Order: sequence, then C-alpha cells, then structure tokens
Amino acid sequence: MLTLISQLAIGTADLAAAFLFLYGLHRMSSPVTAPSGIFVAGIGMAVAVLASFLYAFGVVPAARANLPVNLGLVVVALVLGGGIAWWGGRKVAMTAMPQMVAIYNGMGGGAAGAIAAVELFGGKAQGDAELIMTLLGALIGAVSMSGSVIAWAKLDGVINKPVRVKGQQAFNGLVMLATLAVGAYIVVASVDKAALILPMPTAIYLFFGCALALGILMTLPIGGADMPVVISIFNAFTGLAVGIEGYVLQNPALMIAGMVVGAAGMLLTLLMARAMNRSVSNVVFTNFGDGAKHKQGKIQGELKPEQPGDAGIEMRYAASVIIVPGFGLAVSQGQGKLFEFVKLLQAGGVSVKFAIHPVAGRMPGQMDVLLAEAGVPYDMIFQLEDINDQFASTDVALVIGANDVVNPAARTDKSSAIFGMPILNADKAKKVMVIKRGEGKGYAGIVNGLFYADNCSMVYGDAQGVLIKMIEAVRGLGLPAVA
Amino acid sequence: MEFPISISVFVALYIFMLAAFAGWVIIGRVPAILHTPLMSGSNFVHGIVVVGGVYALLNASTMQEQVIGFFAVLLGAGNAAGGYAVTDRMLAMFKPSAHPAAHAAHGKTGHVKSIHARKR
Repeated sequence: MLTLISQLAIGTADLAAAFLFLYGLHRMSSPVTAPSGIFVAGIGMAVAVLASFLYAFGVVPAARANLPVNLGLVVVALVLGGGIAWWGGRKVAMTAMPQMVAIYNGMGGGAAGAIAAVELFGGKAQGDAELIMTLLGALIGAVSMSGSVIAWAKLDGVINKPVRVKGQQAFNGLVMLATLAVGAYIVVASVDKAALILPMPTAIYLFFGCALALGILMTLPIGGADMPVVISIFNAFTGLAVGIEGYVLQNPALMIAGMVVGAAGMLLTLLMARAMNRSVSNVVFTNFGDGAKHKQGKIQGELKPEQPGDAGIEMRYAASVIIVPGFGLAVSQGQGKLFEFVKLLQAGGVSVKFAIHPVAGRMPGQMDVLLAEAGVPYDMIFQLEDINDQFASTDVALVIGANDVVNPAARTDKSSAIFGMPILNADKAKKVMVIKRGEGKGYAGIVNGLFYADNCSMVYGDAQGVLIKMIEAVRGLGLPAVA
Repeated sequence: MEFPISISVFVALYIFMLAAFAGWVIIGRVPAILHTPLMSGSNFVHGIVVVGGVYALLNASTMQEQVIGFFAVLLGAGNAAGGYAVTDRMLAMFKPSAHPAAHAAHGKTGHVKSIHARKR
C-alpha cells in the first residue's frame, strides 16, 4: 500500500515539475516576467526533490538493509552539494559568471555520469536497448563534465593558452573510437558471458576513463574566447545525458527537462556561432587566429587622440549618444561610473542608448547583465538588429573597451578573418569616440580601420579612469539640468 | 491497481521529440538581452538530475554504489542550487526605467514596446 501511494505521489510530483519547468522557461521571454519564471521553475525542482524521498518505500530488496544509511547519505549530499553551490552562486562576481555556469554544468554532467555508473556497476540495465542508452548517457555526461572543467579553467585564466599539438584531431578521433569500442565490448560481454576477456568492472572504469579524457582533449585546443560557444554545447550535452538517463530510470520528468535543455543549448549555440559568422564545427575543430596573419588592407588616416574632459563635454552638448560597451569596460569595473556619466548626460537632455553586440562579453548576454548590475534600466539597452539603423542619425557613438565588433573590415575587407560577421555600425555615427587602454589590436588580431577614420577620435586610458574624468569635466560646466 | 511508469523505446522517442520541439520554440522567444540568465536557467533545469541521483543512492546495495551514488546526489544538488542562485540574482537586476516619461521625449515609439516585440 505504501509503495502504491509513493508511486502515485512521485508520478504526480514529477509531472507537476515537468510542467513548471516548461512554464518557468516560457516566462523568461520578457525581463518583466523572467524573475517569476525562475521562481516557478524553482518550485518545480523543490517538489520533485522532496517527492524523490518517497523512493525509499520502493527500494530493491538487495538495498533494503542499507536504507537508513542511504537516506542519511542523501540528506548529507543534498545539504553539502546544494549548500556549497548556493553559497558560491550568491557571492560570485558578475564578470565571473561564465566560469560559474561552466562549473554548475560540469556538475550536472558528472551527476548524469555517476547515475549511469551506479546502473552499470550494479548490472541493473535490463536488455540491450537500456544498456546502450545507459552507456550513451554515461559517455555524454562524462565528456560534458571533464570538458566543462577545462572550460572553467580557461575562462578563469588557470589555463591561459590553447594547447595545440600536431595530429591532435586524429588522436582525439582515436580516443573517441576507443571509447566506443569499450562501450561495444561492455554490451557484447553482458549478453555473452563467454566473450569476457576483461573483467566487467575494469571495462567500465576504462570506459569512463576514455570518456573523461575525450572531454579534456576536445576542449584543450579551443581558444579562450570561443569558450562561450563551448559552454553552450556542453550545456546541451548535459541536457541530453540527463534526458537519456531519465529514460534508463524510467523517469519522464528527467527526460523532458533534459531534452528541453538539450534543444535550448543547441539553439543558443547556433545563434552564437551565427553572430560570429562561423559554423559550430569551425569553432570546435579549427584553431581560430592562426590564419589571421594575412596582409592587412591599406589603412588611410591617422589616430587622433582626444582628452577625456573634452570628449565628455562634447557629448554633453550632443543631442544623441549611443554607447557600445565591450568586455574591456567590465575588466576596468567601469560600469557604475559609466551609468553615472549617462545619468549626467540624460539630465542635460541628451538621448542615450546602449548598443550590445551578440558576442559582447564572455558569454551571450553577459554585457546586458553587467549593465543591469550597474543599474542601467533594460529599456535603454538595445540589441544589434534593433539599433543598427540608428547610428547614422546619431551625433556620437562612444565605443568603450570593444574592438572587433565595430570593425568595418567585417563589412568590406573580404580577406579579413572577421569578414561577414555582423557588426555594430558605430562608424556611421557623425562622430565616434573610442575609449581604449592603448593602441593594441582586438582578439582577432586585426587592425581596426575605424580608429583611423576622419570622424573618429581616441580617448586613451583605463575605462573607469577616463569616465571619472568625463564626469568631473561635465560637472565642472555647472550647467543646469533640463527637465 | 498500480502506478508503475513504463516507457518503451518508441514512447521515449516521442517524448524526446516533443520536449526538444517545445524547448526550441520556448527558448527561441527569449530576447538576446536575457541570454545569460537563460543559459544559467536552463542549466538549473537539468539539475533535475539530482532526482535520479537520489533514486540511485537509495537503491545502492554495495559500498561502491553508495560512494558513486553519493557523488551523483552531491553534484546534482550543486547543479540545481547553484543554477538557481545565479539565475535568480541576475534576473533581479533587470529593472525598467524609473521615469519612463523622460525617455518618451526622445524614444518616440517607446522602448518598452520594442522589448516585447523584439524578434530573436
């Protein structure tokens, strides 16, 4: 009777959770409803986790003696894992968000892999189809876990150079084949015990070892700036692994949640790749930056430096300003000062908007979060396709810590590594001001012709320092605020 | 009367197909401005794997299974709790303008509308 009731309760709770996840994600389609969306999804999670304790009423006979210990272990693991991650998530800086997401994602992949390992070591899979699915989930989960850890290390600067060796792709291919071969052996050996040349546990360890190595080897050669795409791919991988393990455990809530995330991750990956005008396989398999050593087109004009104070005052007397922020702004922690300056301009009747490139920051949308953190209202923040036509009728485009995303070579120079990438048309504004630390090149290693254009002036210095000087200069004018 | 869930391979494929389609359509409607919270939010959703971890650990009969099951729950709980914490924190930061009237003067068509009507 108790088993019956617990089955009914778990089934109902998981159904509710699956619905709440979908509804919660649906509410994320607008900044107005998004906070309630994550709350709704959170309730779904809480309900599902609480209901999962009812599995205690239906454990397999072999595990019945362990039940009190196992229940204790569940509580300890939930509190410990949940507590540490919650604490980490509450205090992480917004600039470090990409690596944090990578870590949480790796945890999910690891959990899916571990579930598969319990199933495999316990010999619990019934039938070939289930065994193959378990192995598939284990492979994807393990790759996602070890790959995410490498992605974290790269984003965090622990590994700061892509590791590239000749013949790497071929070697990775071999590791992939080896993993599949061990997996195939496990399936064959489980059917025909006579074919056993390797004890089963050893084969399972070997399988996980190969899969984890594959995740590491795949991610090592990819450049740090491509990590957002990689995280998105691994996010999709973890979703897939969770969905597949959901089938193995006969739990539709896991299947639905996992597959929704799998599809979402895939879509985000494609959107990001499109924003860089590259294919996903180009990101994963080719070494970007190597081919950029071609001859540069002749660049006309010269760099025209301008003092921060003068630039600030010029913007105060402009009618409209569009700001193009890049990760350089976040590096100097200048978002707060930027918004202070913007408010000063707005008080003087200047129309100010922010233009965000899809790949600004270290993951898609990170620049939006950083601006929101500084207090910039979201209705001042515009995406590329919504604002690009407005540059031509704007007095000043202020580019801060961004480079490649405003390089006109993407539009005109067919030989450029970034040719075809959608860019913000900052060069079409009547006047362009670029706040930049020095005369260096962008991530793609390409000289930016915009900086040499007649309508462009360069304001050299650390973004935060420059903005402080701009604020002082505008305040120094002592102009009254316009209502 | 019993309520066991039994999903055959083909029913599983139907569920996967429908869920993937739903995910694609729902996520496609999320504006680019929310892509970071979206990524961490979907990351949170696959934290549901913790439920599978609890099942595996409760049914663990050997020491080895207990150890691996413990890590499954530990990692799954971290995924869920951490994903929720960062997503909630980020979304709380997105605020509209305090004085919409001040913007209407030069925004003409109205900014809030463009947020809602934005295509991806």
